[in-house]
Amino acid sequence: MIRNLATVVLALLLAACGGGESNVVQGNREGILHYGNGSEPQGLDPHVVTGVPENKLIRALFEGLAVKNPYTLEPEPGVAESWDISADGKVVTFHINPEARWSNGEPVTAGDFVWSWERALNPAMGNLYAYMLFPIVNAEAYAKGELEDFEQVGIKAPDDQTLVVNLNAPTPYFIQLMDHYSTFAVHPETILKHGKKTDRFTRWTRVENMVNNGPFNLKEWKLNRRISMEKSDTYWDRDKVRLNGVIFYPTENLVSEERMFRVGQLHYTQTIPLDKIPVYQAMEDTPYVQAPYLGTYFYLINTRRPPVDDVRVRKALSMAIDRHKLNDTVLQKSNVPAYSITPPDTLGYYPPKLFEYDPQQARQLLADAGYPNGEGWPGLELIYNTSESHRKIAVALQQMWKDVLNIAVTISNQEWKVYLDSVTQMDFQIARRGWIGDYVDPNNFLDLYLTDGGNNNTGFADPRYDEMILELAPQAETQEERYRIFYEAETMLMEQMPILPIYTYTSKHLIHPSVKGLPSNLMDSLNLKYVWLDPDWDQQKRAE
Amino acid sequence: MWRFIGYRLLQAIPVILAVITVTFFLVRIAPGGPFDSEKAVMPEVKAALEAQYRLDQPLFSQYTAYLGDLARGEFGPSFKYPGRSVNELIGAGLPVTAELGFYALLVAVVIGGLAGVIASLKPNTAQDYIPMTAAMIGICMPSFLLGPLLVLVFGIHLDWLPVSGWGDIPGDKLLPSITLGSAYAAYIARLSRAGMLEVMSQDYIRTARAKGLPEWQVVTRHALRGGLIPVVAFLGPAFAGLLAGSFVVETIFQIPGLGRFYVQAAFNRDYTMILGTTVFLSTLIVLFNLLSDILAAWMNPRLRAQFGEQ
Repeated sequence: MIRNLATVVLALLLAACGGGESNVVQGNREGILHYGNGSEPQGLDPHVVTGVPENKLIRALFEGLAVKNPYTLEPEPGVAESWDISADGKVVTFHINPEARWSNGEPVTAGDFVWSWERALNPAMGNLYAYMLFPIVNAEAYAKGELEDFEQVGIKAPDDQTLVVNLNAPTPYFIQLMDHYSTFAVHPETILKHGKKTDRFTRWTRVENMVNNGPFNLKEWKLNRRISMEKSDTYWDRDKVRLNGVIFYPTENLVSEERMFRVGQLHYTQTIPLDKIPVYQAMEDTPYVQAPYLGTYFYLINTRRPPVDDVRVRKALSMAIDRHKLNDTVLQKSNVPAYSITPPDTLGYYPPKLFEYDPQQARQLLADAGYPNGEGWPGLELIYNTSESHRKIAVALQQMWKDVLNIAVTISNQEWKVYLDSVTQMDFQIARRGWIGDYVDPNNFLDLYLTDGGNNNTGFADPRYDEMILELAPQAETQEERYRIFYEAETMLMEQMPILPIYTYTSKHLIHPSVKGLPSNLMDSLNLKYVWLDPDWDQQKRAE
Repeated sequence: MWRFIGYRLLQAIPVILAVITVTFFLVRIAPGGPFDSEKAVMPEVKAALEAQYRLDQPLFSQYTAYLGDLARGEFGPSFKYPGRSVNELIGAGLPVTAELGFYALLVAVVIGGLAGVIASLKPNTAQDYIPMTAAMIGICMPSFLLGPLLVLVFGIHLDWLPVSGWGDIPGDKLLPSITLGSAYAAYIARLSRAGMLEVMSQDYIRTARAKGLPEWQVVTRHALRGGLIPVVAFLGPAFAGLLAGSFVVETIFQIPGLGRFYVQAAFNRDYTMILGTTVFLSTLIVLFNLLSDILAAWMNPRLRAQFGEQ
């Protein structure tokens, strides 16, 4: 019995050693990318799901009217081969590529988009990203059920090749939105074959049922294990696609993901554990790639609760934070200190920097607010959602506030949904928060702080600010003019300091050197059409 | 015997009903809901979603509707994974977790049983102390430490075994099974040592020795059966525990099992998934407890006699 067991164990060990070729080596030979995708997707219906892993998968399977160039983030032709924008900026006409095909060979038509956008906006659909289409005339009213006649929404298809969209106001980022999955078309007959138009619980996204129009087709979907895709032979731009396939892994545990990368099971990781960053940074020819990312890590301040209802206290708290020190120590130099909400260089826009680390002035402001050297301080609570890295940051800030201002701040963690509930109900004094842009435009960050906006959560309200974001900026004649208005509005916002900016996010990946055509960009946007694998990457290195 | 089984099964019904009821209302009391997200959700969208999942109805009628679904064997659609039913998710995760649990139990019984029996033969000597100290360490060492350690040694430094996955690369089932099984091996070592010690002092062992049987035959033929009864009684709950408690190991090794779904369902407030997995697992626990009771009764002549009298 024992001898048998020993034999089995030995055989297993030998088998494991014998199959020595890693995913990466095999993938390089066969043109298959092994991609760490973070987690199991909720699903693959573009009008139902939300999230980063879902985004990567859906954009491999489907294609919108325009796609982002991964190097420049400028829109380039997708299903639409071109588009015209009227002189007043309010009418966009898309010309559909006659070669665009669904994976069953049928042409993709303008009518498919009208049908799909009705689905995306239909209130019964419960689409969390319906608002992506709100720049369109009457789209918001339709999504809220205030308007029942879809004919009145500004989306028309005069013929199969032409899609005319009427906008409420000039929207410079509208073409960018065409690369967001909530604006993608789905195949009407396939949806209706497997359920009602607005059904969330249908089987149309399963391997055997799915009809899609992107560069890759679904080949295998093993729950919590992997999703395999193969190159589509009906995709209009198939000659440009160099990969034969992609395998996405739901790498939920980032420590395991890094290990998988280390032994050659993955070409690419979604992220990297914080404590591994120095190790990889020290490597020669490191596979670690860090780049600015369109997101800000900050704290929300409830401006309706004492003592932070006093702007001087808010400013004192902000000026007492040594963001460079925080980044260099706790964050392993992995991010960029932030002083405002919009990340720098958001399509050429730079936010104002109204303050910096200034312990002297911070103490003065606190004294002016009635708490000289922390005397009479009523206490303050900071909440964050349970996570080791959030805790580390909160502890560091707690110490900085103690050292600089001599005030006590208690920190407490809350489980994710409890925390979300506290934030929505504004049941906090200070709360951790992050915001990742959906499109590259300052508007995506600045419209958070409109009066009573759903994501405002601070009590900040300024009618002048609302007017600038909602009325003046869209009517600006030039981009410079528009950015000047944004800059002014953001200056007003940061003078009131309803948020404490901490840092600008970076994307952090481990990328195998054989992977080519996968550049870093501000959106961390993946365009698999450009990606290819170089099987000779190490021979080249040796030759050098 | 049949009466005993029937009686125990009847007993199980109110237990499971209580589990359903308590879980159903408890998850609703927890702050936050399945549709809360980091980005604000439009009230119209939220209302549409709640209507699709019957959440707009009064709580008690939701409860009765859920019981009705359960009676038809339907756990309902998942909140987190639209387009998938809870039945499907359990169906996908269970075989993996069951296989992992089975191997882990095998590891536990073989290593633990062996260590316990060896230790019991020469109590309070080095032969006792060494395996028992190892067992104590095994109990104390959490799987979130042991797993990464094993991976570091066998997966990365020696490069003998895969660091993650399940059934994709040969040998990838070995490390998770050992990691999950080791804590249970430690328990089993202690249980079998205690059981064996008690048996070895019994009269019938003395009789066996007096007959002149060699010591190894005394152990295998006479002592083991009695000495391992506590272990068998422990196996049922242990297997159920392995099914429900494999979350950590599944996370470390990226195994597509039920444990990950179970824990994440709670974080996601995936009401139907929490209920589905809880009801399913509690049913399993009840069944395995019953099974191990039957097995223990079959192994223990005294208990068998008791059933005979009933």
